[in-house]
Amino acid sequence: MSKFKISSSTSEEIPTSALPDIIFMLLFFFMVTTIVRPHEIMVEQHIPKATQLRKIEKKSLVAHFNIGAPKNVHQYGSEPKIQYNDVFIETRQIPQQVEEARARLSEPEKDKLTISLKIDEEVKMGIVSDVETQLKEVNALKVIYNTLKDS
Amino acid sequence: MKNYPKGSRPQLSTGSMADIAFLLLIFFLITTTIDSEKGLLMRLPPKLDRPIDMEIHERNLFNILLNSQDQIMVEGKLMNDISGLRNDVITFVLNKGKDKNSSDSPEKAVVSIKTNRGTTYKQYIKILDEVQAAYFEIYAERAGLTPDVFRALDQKDPKQRALYLKARKGIPMNISIAKPSN
Repeated sequence: MSKFKISSSTSEEIPTSALPDIIFMLLFFFMVTTIVRPHEIMVEQHIPKATQLRKIEKKSLVAHFNIGAPKNVHQYGSEPKIQYNDVFIETRQIPQQVEEARARLSEPEKDKLTISLKIDEEVKMGIVSDVETQLKEVNALKVIYNTLKDS
Repeated sequence: MKNYPKGSRPQLSTGSMADIAFLLLIFFLITTTIDSEKGLLMRLPPKLDRPIDMEIHERNLFNILLNSQDQIMVEGKLMNDISGLRNDVITFVLNKGKDKNSSDSPEKAVVSIKTNRGTTYKQYIKILDEVQAAYFEIYAERAGLTPDVFRALDQKDPKQRALYLKARKGIPMNISIAKPSN
């Protein structure tokens, strides 16, 4: 057995001076990836799963519609409703809203507007098809059914 | 400026820096929802002023019906297990006139999904997903890629776009969403 001379001057502390830097790195990562939701989702959203997912090419060219049963059942009832931005809208208001979203885009991008439909899996197809019929009225034909990745 | 005695320059204490950063970190951790803008892309058919009677021969139509109990009927037969649907669609599309009851050519082949107003959205997505999967398997095989790689092809890159268009040439993704029955 060999013997080691234990030096008493060795510091046993872990240097923590780099800790803030590490934490800041994590912090910046989350700050960059965070999307602050401008609108509160007022409907139930259990998104169905699918495998054949594709990405939206340009996120600024998307109008979001959320469809589901309202979270606040006492105020809005339990029938599925359509939420656009911050408000509930009726199906017949959809063309107007799409036109408004289009008006904000620049001229060459106007016909590239994608409609993102985030629909609760319990919603019946009746309302979904009503929405699609209204979208056809204003020629907004590019639709993405928002789904989760099924592994 | 204030004069300090030599050797005692004031220092900012950095000991609590980590704690402050942690607080911010935790705040962003909680508020973050990594929002995935992903899903099933579809192109709706344009609005028609009056219905046109387009002749689609029965053999070129692959009928999928969904009723309000979420039961599936494929080509007139009740189907409980949809695992075989994908291959059925592939053989239907790539039939090229061999089987008398299946499609003439991939261009003419149409997969029709008809729902009921009472069908759940979940079931519809499941079926749509399977049908799209069938088409992507066909495309991916023509391009010599796996379906996952094929779907992730970047449309803005000319090289990748050329590959994408080449694989799709002659086999349009004809998925027809019929108006739901009551």
